[in-house]
Amino acid sequence: MAASYGLGLKRPSAIPGFGLALGFTLTYLSLIVLIPLAALVLKSATLGLACFWDTVTGARTLAALRLSFLTSLFAATVNAVFGTIIAWALVRYRFPGRRLLDAFVDLPFALPTAVAGIALTALYAPNGWIGQWLAPLGIKVAYTPTGIAVALIFIGLPFVVRTVQPVLEEFDRELEEASATLGANRHQTVFRVMLPTLMPAILTGFALALARAVGEYGSVIFIAGNMPFISEIAPLLIIIRLEEFSYPQAAAIGTAMLMISFGLLFFVHLIQAWRRRRFGND
Amino acid sequence: MTDAAIAPLLVAPIEGPRVTTERPLVQVTLIGVAVIFLVLFLLLPLAAVFVEALRAGLGTYFAAITEPDAVAAIKLTVLVAAIAVPANVVFGLAASWAIAKFEFKGKSVLNTLIDLPFSVSPVISGLIYVLLFGAQGYFGPYLQSHHIQIIFALPGIVLATIFVTFPFVARELVPLMQEQGTQDEEAALSLGASGWKTFLKVTLPNIRWALLYGVVLCNARAMGEFGAVSVVSGHIRGKTNTMPLHVEILYNEYNFAAAFAVASLLALLALITLVIKIGLEWRYADQIAASRRH
Repeated sequence: MAASYGLGLKRPSAIPGFGLALGFTLTYLSLIVLIPLAALVLKSATLGLACFWDTVTGARTLAALRLSFLTSLFAATVNAVFGTIIAWALVRYRFPGRRLLDAFVDLPFALPTAVAGIALTALYAPNGWIGQWLAPLGIKVAYTPTGIAVALIFIGLPFVVRTVQPVLEEFDRELEEASATLGANRHQTVFRVMLPTLMPAILTGFALALARAVGEYGSVIFIAGNMPFISEIAPLLIIIRLEEFSYPQAAAIGTAMLMISFGLLFFVHLIQAWRRRRFGND
Repeated sequence: MTDAAIAPLLVAPIEGPRVTTERPLVQVTLIGVAVIFLVLFLLLPLAAVFVEALRAGLGTYFAAITEPDAVAAIKLTVLVAAIAVPANVVFGLAASWAIAKFEFKGKSVLNTLIDLPFSVSPVISGLIYVLLFGAQGYFGPYLQSHHIQIIFALPGIVLATIFVTFPFVARELVPLMQEQGTQDEEAALSLGASGWKTFLKVTLPNIRWALLYGVVLCNARAMGEFGAVSVVSGHIRGKTNTMPLHVEILYNEYNFAAAFAVASLLALLALITLVIKIGLEWRYADQIAASRRH
């Protein structure tokens, strides 16, 4: 503790326990998170840059990464649209069952992904509750990329609803009144005054849902069918490479995915910084 | 239908002038879309779990959840959560104490790093420990020569579970303790209480509901984690299979009734989690800092 005073890293305080608390925090963080993640990057580095690139851009890996990213993008877009509508309905309107539905929005956070996976498969299989109505129309959901998207929509929904909801709850009604007073109709007020204010929250929810979806495994593998080049997601390919004991290849795919997630995380930070600049510190 | 005809269908549209709300037709449409979407994507899958579980009758149901492999899976799941959750509670308390009660350089970096595991794919969360402790991992030869098994055994499952549930407690406590400041602690200290006594008698009561909230969410994820645990477990029936992995094995053997029976226990856990979570949010909204803000 004395050392950190000396270096001027910490503002003096009457509260004890800084050294113990921070020391434990940093040790635990390093052992559980930082060192293992460093091992991942280190292992993929053993391939060398050229070999790493070949692994990540190999036909099967590229197909898996593309599938993971595109289905996630689709699911996050669906979630952004419907999540915003759901948040709007839950905040602005009163209807029977509203609080119950509000509570259920968090279900995907609480329900184990494997359970969600087999339940969605049972629903969308050709003889399932929903699948049997789609089958005569020639729509196959389970065991196709569409099924993957369905699972990812399930997983990502709470992210958008829960980021948009608080912003909508705190929305200044005087802005709407001002807009109406100045002659805007409701359509103009919603789309030109309210939506731009909600946009940072919607984009944040979209990016969080996207980041979660890209790495999602449990809910997807049951409904996906897992055909190489068609419905094989990137996380599954990591497991396949591990079972073949191709550790560096598994690590390379993992590193590529990690870079995608961190890119998305960085995007979220940018949105929030932009929002703070534009709409004040909230 | 005209607006006048639809208006009585709405139970109680938000009061206020017409200019700040939508026409009744639009309201009904938006509510309808929201309800249908939530029923289709959230309630139906949940209902399907219980219907499929009971499809073969109560006898099959109870046989499936009491057969030895299922019981072993339940015990392992509880054991893993019983180690991982307290470990993350201790970490959460230490991290929030350091971050909320002191000003030091690198604080925001530390705050960001704590949330890191949330943006890592579950499969990668398992993979990193295989790379460290697996037979061909960095410490593999050392562990083998000392007959210590981490991967495909309990320690690996615990480590992967700790990783995926890492931020849950800390992210609830940090914002709340930052909001509460340090006056209470300073008062206790100036009255002569020791550091530990101050923490136990002043800080802990102040954060107890947020702590419980974090523990409940952490526990739900710990018991339900699939991807990370699947990578490190080795799927040894009756030994290293947690409940979600047992569900997978039964399902892949086309033993659907048994798979959904075990899954229904996990779904029940999710429902209990939601009930406690909502209860805490309604009663102690002011004392649960992060929930509404995130």
